[in-house]
Amino acid sequence: MFDSLTLAALPPEDEDIRPAIRALIADAIATLPTDRRARSWAGFDADFSRRLGAEGYLGLTLPRAYGGGGRGPFARFVVVEELLAAGAPVAAHWIADRQSAPLILNFGTEEQRQAYIPKICRGELFFCIGMSEPGSGSDLASVRTRAERTAAGWRLNGQKIWTTNAMHSDYMIALVRTSGTAADRHNGLSQLIIDLRAPGVTIRPIVDLAGDAHFAEVFFTDVDLPADALIGAEGEGWQQVVAELAFERSGPERIYSSVVLLDAWVGHLRSVGRDDRATRTLVGDFTARLAMLRAMSIACTARLAAGESPVVEASLVKDLGTSFEQELPVRIGDDLAAHPDEPVDAELHRTLLYVTHLAPSFSLRGGTREILRGIIARGMGLR
Amino acid sequence: MMDIQELVEPFARMLQAIAPASTVRAIEQGARIDALWAEIAGSGYLDALVAERDGGAGLDGLCAHGLWQELGRHIVPLPVGETMIARALLAGAGVPAPGGPIALAVAAPGQDAMVPLGRVAEHVLVDDGRQLYLAPAASARGEPTGVAGDLGASMRWETLEGLAWIARPECGLRAMAAVLRAALIAGAADHLVTVTAGYCNDRVQFGKPIGRQQALQQNLAVMAEEALAARIASQIGCASGLTPSLAAAACAKSVASAAAVRIAATAHAVHGAIGISHDHDLQLYTRRLYEWRLSDGSEGYWNDLLGGAMLASADTAVDFARLHCR
Ligand SMILES: Cc1cc2nc3c(=O)[nH]c(=O)nc-3n(C[C@H](O)[C@H](O)[C@H](O)COP(=O)(O)OP(=O)(O)OC[C@H]3O[C@@H](n4cnc5c(N)ncnc54)[C@H](O)[C@@H]3O)c2cc1C
Repeated sequence: MFDSLTLAALPPEDEDIRPAIRALIADAIATLPTDRRARSWAGFDADFSRRLGAEGYLGLTLPRAYGGGGRGPFARFVVVEELLAAGAPVAAHWIADRQSAPLILNFGTEEQRQAYIPKICRGELFFCIGMSEPGSGSDLASVRTRAERTAAGWRLNGQKIWTTNAMHSDYMIALVRTSGTAADRHNGLSQLIIDLRAPGVTIRPIVDLAGDAHFAEVFFTDVDLPADALIGAEGEGWQQVVAELAFERSGPERIYSSVVLLDAWVGHLRSVGRDDRATRTLVGDFTARLAMLRAMSIACTARLAAGESPVVEASLVKDLGTSFEQELPVRIGDDLAAHPDEPVDAELHRTLLYVTHLAPSFSLRGGTREILRGIIARGMGLR
Repeated sequence: MMDIQELVEPFARMLQAIAPASTVRAIEQGARIDALWAEIAGSGYLDALVAERDGGAGLDGLCAHGLWQELGRHIVPLPVGETMIARALLAGAGVPAPGGPIALAVAAPGQDAMVPLGRVAEHVLVDDGRQLYLAPAASARGEPTGVAGDLGASMRWETLEGLAWIARPECGLRAMAAVLRAALIAGAADHLVTVTAGYCNDRVQFGKPIGRQQALQQNLAVMAEEALAARIASQIGCASGLTPSLAAAACAKSVASAAAVRIAATAHAVHGAIGISHDHDLQLYTRRLYEWRLSDGSEGYWNDLLGGAMLASADTAVDFARLHCR
């Protein structure tokens, strides 16, 4: 079943990107302690994102005509893998590069493409995703934020929540209702590109349980938007969002969220010289699964490269991947605390606890575990 | 390169025709293997992995994976994959291969070894840690395991002296056999996902198919993930050809072995009591999943080796996976 996911190799010309991006990353993370790097794709550094753009590492999947790299999903995989493995602060450009720009390319008008994509590729425009609302989490089709047609375009009212990076972003691509009511479910939804500096937009950061504010509430009160704020076709928002989720869920960020912790722990084992059988077996278990998940993520990337929208496949990889990411802090914590007489440095301890505290979010963001399993079950003919 | 599907599909069709569950059951109960073996030998697939210069098809590792997965999917009760490996190694060393089924074993003289399908093998390729010996099965002291339906045997050679031998590949026979086992697990696992999902749609309780229950849907989704993990990991084991790196073999067998038991558990849970009965085919598959998991090193064995290699390196986790598990 799901036969399309099969071992694929990264093309050598894409592998060749590694040394150069590595050097750039080493520079950017030189002064970041491990527990900052463990923030992974929640770490924000606009200068670093602009540098990546200037050096041609953003928009690798996008055509050169719009300032992209014209390379494809495999090249992006290599760059993203290097960024995540190092714990580089990538939040600023993350969403625009991963899904907003491909969405605009797929569904936008020529003017919209020209207006946004080149700047995204230069690391100058940052985007956020406005899907969730207080009353609409897993049940995304129930969104109530509403845009009404006006003479000049659209008037928007409503609220989004949990919007990652809203306070640092230039634009939000939001799923909103443009006709009918919540009872119409998948019909009557559209996607709008919202200028977050427009009058009537209020953004309130939300502090997370580790003390960081990476997401926010966003309120819209009579926000007037031009007609070309609509992206894609009116009423086609649901289909567009589903296509977008394939980009959102398929990447290696769904397997590498705890990898900085994993490396810090292995570094600790090497420095204290602990390599008894139980320790080796634990390291081996993690290594085997990491290698398998990495191959699976590349297999999923190959489906994107083939022009498909691997929605179910991405769900399989994300569910397995986030389970792995969540298991790492649990078992590493047990391992370290099972050796209470072995000194653990404060940075590793902070990293462990940071990842431990944030780990529950790994299987919430981007669609919950239960929802993904439902999608897989549907793919298996059970629903 | 030849398209894998073009190669695998005729093989799968052949297995479907010649090795139905009734044949698997008959051979488990002691029926003769000659007719089934003659069909397989006559198909030419036994030399699939023999290099072209040695007169074989010279298929690459991923093609081999495709064939082995079909052997697992059809739970073929003969050492076909093992014979493919043995014939490729023998041909590479210029030693003519016998015509019958060849099993694989890792055993020093005087040591008992559990040999999967040992009871239906004519020869065994034995790795004593230094060389590979081509031993007639009859030259071993062999004992059936006494496990219900098991075609494996406990075998022991007091000496291997005087037998034809060939050089031992650096990875050893255990790593090669482990990768085969991983691919067999992936094939049987995939079959079980399909039939278990099918059963969910057929079996009605509380007035609707049990597959409408969200609890079962969630368990089935996880089962599909595990089967996919076994497939991808076993492909990693096969990617570099007949002789895997230690890390690639370890990844393959560790992931597949761990998945095997969980897949068997869900398949049984969903089937209810009928899956426990001898007459239902489920047990033909789950018994093999357990056997293959234990053969040629469980997940614990391979995790130990892999973790040792990882700790001894200076690599990050991602670099180690990227550079070595392939
Ligand atoms: C760190 C982080 C960043 C985020 N960033 C963004 C962002 O940038 N943009 C954005 O739009 N959203 C974002 N989200 C929100 C995220 O998409 C939602 O959290 C997610 O969709 C789940 O919605 P909810 O939190 O309202 O939970 P609910 O939907 O209320 O779910 C609660 C529980 O009920 C279960 N449940 C719900 N329905 C079903 C069902 N049908 N069957 C079985 N179980 C069910 C869920 O699986 C979950 O366990 C982010 C979330 C986090 C944690």
